[in-house]
Amino acid sequence: MANKRVDEATNTETVGHEWDGIEELNTPLPRWWLWTFYATIVFAIGYVIAYPALPGIHKATAGLLGWSSRGQLDNELASAAADRARTVAALRDMPIEELPRHPELMHAAVAGGAAAFKVNCVQCHGAGAAGSNGFPNLNDDDWLWGGDLKTIEATLTNGVRQPGDAATRMSQMPVFGPSAGGDGLLAPNQIQDVTSFVLSLSGKEKASAASRRGMAVFEANCAVCHGPGGTGGRQFGAPNLSDAIWLYAGTRAAVGAQIANPRHGVMPAWGNRLDPVTIKMLAAYVHSLGGGEEFTAPAAPAQMGMKPEAEATAAR
Amino acid sequence: MVTVLARAGLWLAVLFLAVIGVALAADGGFAIHMGIVALAALIALWFTIGGADYSAIARGVLKMPDEGKYDDDPVRWGVIATVFWGMAGFAAGLFIALQLTWPVLDLEPYLNFGRLRPLHTSAVIFAFGGNALIATSFYVVQRTCRARLAFPGLARFVFWGYQLFIVLAATGYLLGVTQSKEYAEPEWYVDWWLTIVWVCYLVVFAGTIIKRSEPHIYVANWFYLAFILTVAMLHVVNNLDVPVSFFGSKSYPLFGGVQGALVQWWYGHNAVGFFLTAGFLAMMYYFVPKQAERPIYSYRLSIIHFWSLIFLYIWAGPHHLHYTALPDWAQTLGMVFSVMLWMPSWGGMINGLMTLNGAWDKVRTDPIIRMMVMALAFYGMSTFEGPLMSVKSVNSLSHYTDWTIGHVHSGALGWNGMITFGAIYYLVPRLWGRQRLYSLRMVNWHFWLATVGIVFYAASMWVAGIMQGLMWREYGPDGYLVNAFADTVAALHPMYALRAFGGLLYLSGAVILVVNVWATILGKLREEAPMRDAAYDPAADKPILATA
Repeated sequence: MANKRVDEATNTETVGHEWDGIEELNTPLPRWWLWTFYATIVFAIGYVIAYPALPGIHKATAGLLGWSSRGQLDNELASAAADRARTVAALRDMPIEELPRHPELMHAAVAGGAAAFKVNCVQCHGAGAAGSNGFPNLNDDDWLWGGDLKTIEATLTNGVRQPGDAATRMSQMPVFGPSAGGDGLLAPNQIQDVTSFVLSLSGKEKASAASRRGMAVFEANCAVCHGPGGTGGRQFGAPNLSDAIWLYAGTRAAVGAQIANPRHGVMPAWGNRLDPVTIKMLAAYVHSLGGGEEFTAPAAPAQMGMKPEAEATAAR
Repeated sequence: MVTVLARAGLWLAVLFLAVIGVALAADGGFAIHMGIVALAALIALWFTIGGADYSAIARGVLKMPDEGKYDDDPVRWGVIATVFWGMAGFAAGLFIALQLTWPVLDLEPYLNFGRLRPLHTSAVIFAFGGNALIATSFYVVQRTCRARLAFPGLARFVFWGYQLFIVLAATGYLLGVTQSKEYAEPEWYVDWWLTIVWVCYLVVFAGTIIKRSEPHIYVANWFYLAFILTVAMLHVVNNLDVPVSFFGSKSYPLFGGVQGALVQWWYGHNAVGFFLTAGFLAMMYYFVPKQAERPIYSYRLSIIHFWSLIFLYIWAGPHHLHYTALPDWAQTLGMVFSVMLWMPSWGGMINGLMTLNGAWDKVRTDPIIRMMVMALAFYGMSTFEGPLMSVKSVNSLSHYTDWTIGHVHSGALGWNGMITFGAIYYLVPRLWGRQRLYSLRMVNWHFWLATVGIVFYAASMWVAGIMQGLMWREYGPDGYLVNAFADTVAALHPMYALRAFGGLLYLSGAVILVVNVWATILGKLREEAPMRDAAYDPAADKPILATA
């Protein structure tokens, strides 16, 4: 400490060390710094007393406030549930087809359904429910399995093509193409012809020799599910082929590929994951998007394995 | 001759093992990595037994002056490596910012966001920051100890071994070789290699301190030593894992579940605390007083804030795991230690800024000092923001949002980047024996581009993060959530574009740095007007005459 000197600019004494020309002033700790440091320590001690903090052998101190993160979550969930309790109770007791007669409840159900949709459904159907390739658009009035409240609720509850669920929406389009494992029901030229016919139904292609040949193929193989005019059959989730709405794109290549080696979409059986009230809300929301249909007399429950004639009639 | 033979034998053994590794590799990534190791060993072998004086050749190519009083060759290489990896890291950062804004830029499979993001973080933290720390520590420890580097051969091994670590880490990310721990992505064999290199680094640094000819150890060296020791401990504990095969790249960590998460964030947070804070404070403690030509503000503050920082930082990691499966008591301790860390962190800022007492005019006249002051300002801001974000009620809003990204970058771009740039501008003319930098005006341009870039970055991420947090928790009057996740992503888009623009500005500033450093090494001096001159108006330069 031999080289102490007073620094001229700051009028402060140096400590007397020097390294490569660097000296150090002997300035005391700034008071505001020190007292703020002490204040944070006092705060920390207080917080440790108030909240769970000090670990023991078996469990930690619980803190004077009795707070826990799980407890906070439970409280918040309980308070949110309490806010909704009246609506939820009313919805639970009401058959969904009666919902349109109670506009206030309908409004609440649509709001709740919108929230549940954002959590559970947007991943496939999109944030605006507009769907995408392979995932139906829910904004239009083109329904695969039916668009009234009760039918939507049933589709949601049991899902689409869920193995092990007796009530799930089930159907399977045959593999018409000759691909590996395929049924080889149609020759490649027949697939080309029937593709032309299908595209002519919605006016995407003009009638041609091919489409006229395809008409015969269609009547023999496709009309049983899609209907003679290709207008679809809800019993089997068979899409309407005569409109401009396409599940797997309406290009010639896509339609041909779907006939040759069809894809089949699935949807979870939400009854296993969500409570019945949430499913009612989701049905109300989807119904409200623009294409919801009036509830009509309960349709006769159709079973797979009916005779083809009966299926075709039912599909109409 | 015996040492040459021993060294050559060592490299031959490494080469041999690497070739066996290639032959028996269980996966392609491991084979490529062993190929890189074999190549590195072959080069090392060549340099060991070759007769030529490669140091002299390197000095010629890099225009390095002859050896002076201190052993500065590794420092010169380190400065060049810092600038090189900095450019790589900044460019990768800009590219992934653009990928987030326009996902069409995701180039599968090697250049997708998931692989480039660790490339960016490792390039800036470990390649840019790490090389800056190694180079400056070798420079500072020699001068403040008045001693040449202990074990000069080992110091060269540390430099080249560290570059090999960087190359293995970076290529691994692109090939999909990762253990998926943030900031600790390299797989087990790369971790082992880094451990060897790091222990050698400790030996060189501590050896130089031991052979010092100064009675006391300067504060910068305390910080460097704390950084080297703690990073060694963190690295080893967080990378305790079991390789599936000694000839494959996959391994599984020893700690699982929430214990694994806690160890990871104990590591992750202290990588920030000891790598990016303590190490860079060491740089600050040397380069700020040297550039300002002023004594350190307070010796007492340096002691108190050093020990309180070191003691408190190591416990703060659990604040990364608020509201998770981590027990509540551990979350509490993580939070209160973070809050207590506020003033110890600010001690470094005070000591840096107040060192300018008596030389504040230099902020106006010296763009290098301005850079260092801005670095300290951002350091102070992000070490206030950190404790704030560790408070649970704030964290419940900020966690998982882009606020965290903004916080990290105000520290990384503002503090680590700016103080490193300042140190580089200080070092280059001195290391290459030049009269001055090629251009001070270019330093000024770099300063403003970087500063405005950080402002764009931090401000856009604050807005993005708080908006994101508020949208996630927004309930409608009917008691249901209002936004889908995709809604928040759409809302972030303009903020992401602004962030990328900020990154572009920052990268542009770094390009100016490259030109300036390059020209200075070549010995060029830019003809330019001085930064500031006193105004002189001849018309006003006359006495006021009394009018009768």
